[in-house]
Amino acid sequence: MVGIVGYGAKIPRHRIAVEEIAKTWGADAPSYKKGLQLTEKSVPAPDVDTITLSVEASKYAIKRANIDPVDVGCVYVGSESHPYAVKPTGTTLAEAVGAVNDCHCADYEFACKAGSEAMFVTAGLAKSGFVKYGLAVGGDTSQGAPGDALEYSAAAGAAAFIMGTNGLVAELLDEHSFMSDTPDFWRREHEHYPQHGGRFTGDPAYFRTIMGASQALLKKSGTKPEDFAYAVFHQPNGKFPMRVGKMLGFKREQIETGWLVPVLGNTYSGASPLGLTAILDVAKPGDLIFMCSYGSGAGSDAFIWKATDRLAEVQDLCPKTRPQLDEHKVYVDYGTYAKYRRKILKNK
Amino acid sequence: MFPSRIWRDSPQRYRLEAVKCSKEGHVYFPPRRVAPGTLDGSTLEPYKLPDNGTIYTYTIIEVPPSQFKDEAPYVVGIIELSDGTKIMCQITDCEPDKLEVGQAVKLEFRRIQTHGEHGVLSYGYKAVPAIPGITTV
Amino acid sequence: MRDVAIIGIGMNKWGELWNDSLRDMYVDAAVDAIKDSGVDHIDGMYVGSMTPGLFVGQEHLGSLLADYLGIRNLPCTRVESACASGGLAIKSAYLEIASGHSDIVIAGGVEKMTDCSGDQATYALATAADQEYEVFHGATFPGLYAMMARRHMHDYGTTREQLAHVAVKNHKNGAKNPKAQYPFEVTMEGVMTSVMVADPLRILDCSPITDGAACAVLADMETAKKFCKKPLVKITGFGHATDRIAMHTRDSITRLDATAVAGERAFKMAGRKPEDIQLAEVHDCFTIAEIMVIEDLGFFEKGKGGTAAESGETHIGGRIPINTSGGLKSKGHPVGATGVAQAYEMVTQLRGDAGDRQVQGAKVGLTHNMGGSGGSTVVHIMEVV
Repeated sequence: MVGIVGYGAKIPRHRIAVEEIAKTWGADAPSYKKGLQLTEKSVPAPDVDTITLSVEASKYAIKRANIDPVDVGCVYVGSESHPYAVKPTGTTLAEAVGAVNDCHCADYEFACKAGSEAMFVTAGLAKSGFVKYGLAVGGDTSQGAPGDALEYSAAAGAAAFIMGTNGLVAELLDEHSFMSDTPDFWRREHEHYPQHGGRFTGDPAYFRTIMGASQALLKKSGTKPEDFAYAVFHQPNGKFPMRVGKMLGFKREQIETGWLVPVLGNTYSGASPLGLTAILDVAKPGDLIFMCSYGSGAGSDAFIWKATDRLAEVQDLCPKTRPQLDEHKVYVDYGTYAKYRRKILKNK
Repeated sequence: MFPSRIWRDSPQRYRLEAVKCSKEGHVYFPPRRVAPGTLDGSTLEPYKLPDNGTIYTYTIIEVPPSQFKDEAPYVVGIIELSDGTKIMCQITDCEPDKLEVGQAVKLEFRRIQTHGEHGVLSYGYKAVPAIPGITTV
Repeated sequence: MRDVAIIGIGMNKWGELWNDSLRDMYVDAAVDAIKDSGVDHIDGMYVGSMTPGLFVGQEHLGSLLADYLGIRNLPCTRVESACASGGLAIKSAYLEIASGHSDIVIAGGVEKMTDCSGDQATYALATAADQEYEVFHGATFPGLYAMMARRHMHDYGTTREQLAHVAVKNHKNGAKNPKAQYPFEVTMEGVMTSVMVADPLRILDCSPITDGAACAVLADMETAKKFCKKPLVKITGFGHATDRIAMHTRDSITRLDATAVAGERAFKMAGRKPEDIQLAEVHDCFTIAEIMVIEDLGFFEKGKGGTAAESGETHIGGRIPINTSGGLKSKGHPVGATGVAQAYEMVTQLRGDAGDRQVQGAKVGLTHNMGGSGGSTVVHIMEVV
């Protein structure tokens, strides 16, 4: 048996509304809101980055896992906004949470599925006995190019999971990964902002890949959509996860709990992982949870989780996902947002 | 700032590692080589500070030093932690005009300085208002 | 230990002095002091300067200033205690004479703060605080004192107006001081609406960036009587103490421990009590500092320092005039020179030469020079004989 022993979510306090971005660029806010099914997104303040969000989320995961961080044998952070181009995020995270020094550490990348990759690898290492516990984090503070469609949704947040073989709060029943070389979204070295293929990012990329991984997993595990209490898919905007869920045979009510994007935005490597933490915050023992991430380029990792009795004991131990998303938000204007996100050219 | 200086204090900045005198019970942060008044370090044992407390005093920095130029105005304060130890740090994610001496805060891991475009990033602790369900349980 | 007197004083006019380098200012002040003293030789020199290395890239002031003063082979020592460097220079000169080793020693102080950008000056000044646990987090000097002010307001009810009264008083005094950087008055409203630096301290609560030097010639009493034709001012006691450098490690941030202890040591050595002091020059780097210092020296009850300037007790003509020179606020604060300039004012007062700043019948005075946020303090008690 392998699975999640502890989990945590960290979402920054600041927000910017779609109206505010649209106003700056002379765009039509209602059509963006309708098209993306998104009203606002989270904004990291200057003192927040992928490392800081990962640390706070990981502290919650360790607390819920009720383990000594020294027993964490591997620390992996998946992100597409690692603070350094060369110097790992994971080492600072490991030091900050005390998972030092005898620990395997690496940073993961694969567009938005870097977080689920870290989860896949840690689960495998825990299952094989290579590590007693593994820490997997998916987090991002990604940027969208000024005025580009992605600017409305590129947001910040992190989800952390301790994987192990005992004290599980959610057992990993099965997993399936699917990939292809599909250039839907990319960023070349030294470029500040990514490029994307517009409508090409839809059917041939997101939908094909999530369908590929999910259908294969449902078949190989012998499960059907109605068996699941919850389903969460990668959520770059409000529409895509609802549509792919429907295509697979899931109902809206199953998807809603993990569907954070309308008020969070796309947290990239944190997207489906944060949807999972929101589900774990409220799931009951025995609930089956279907999860499928998506990373451009492209690939998907699909998981089936089953909530255990122990989940009910840990949900209240740390701040949950939804309150961090909905309460005590601070809205910023575009100027402050641009300053926080270092989009303003200054003299060197 | 040279990397060795940034690196040397990371146990304190990342994990709030202090020392406590096993004889008198006094906590020292930053940690020391010798317990004051004794010339002896053998009574100083590792001790981790709690991560919650109250605002003992604070100020809103309007005229910043150059490395914090883009962050002004920002708040710096002395936090009295739940074990009585005091530390100095920024208070962030807050409305500076609404802060009060005695207000409950929690310490969070944040980026403190970037040291320009080329430097090593410095991380450490900042205080945030304690909001049940959001920053604390 | 022999008795020591200050027999000569000298100081340039302080300000933003584009035409004067560090060595120029110092030589001017030193020559004035030597002439004022009437001596024909110097045995040694101590120079207080906080950080000429960071401000102008110059260390080794001992050699530089002895050289430019033109006294060949003079043994000269640069001493440092942040903003208390000047006071430390006086204490050091005193001990070299009291011990019998030398008869005539100059105690000088100098700081050149405008040959660098404002940012560099701020950086240099911040080195007086704890770099890794205060400055690292974004604390500035006004910020450190602002935190003390807020706590003092919380604990004792000190008001924003009471802080402003200190600035108004000191400018009123400084307006009569020909050596002051800002010899003009300010109003309560002007102080309370000046630009905010670190809440609650505004720019007019803060001492400025200044270029300046000050020197004093000290001698043993026998030598003093031989050379000096003016009333002799004896240093009857001094006290020197340090405190924990980082504010968060102190038991209280509204009590300046080093000030209280240095004061006690000075009073003990001089055989005096706070009530005996008729006037004092104290370290008003920020308005709140003056308020706390006069409490911790024992001139006012703890927590009541805010009433002192407000009620007029510390004005010229009041119970205990504080900072008749204008203080750091109006006179300026070239860091290393301040402690010696305090002695300059005190000697001027005790000799009866202070003109329209004169405290009538001044015989016993005290100077208080403090480093950083109170991490070090040097107090001197001076009496005219």
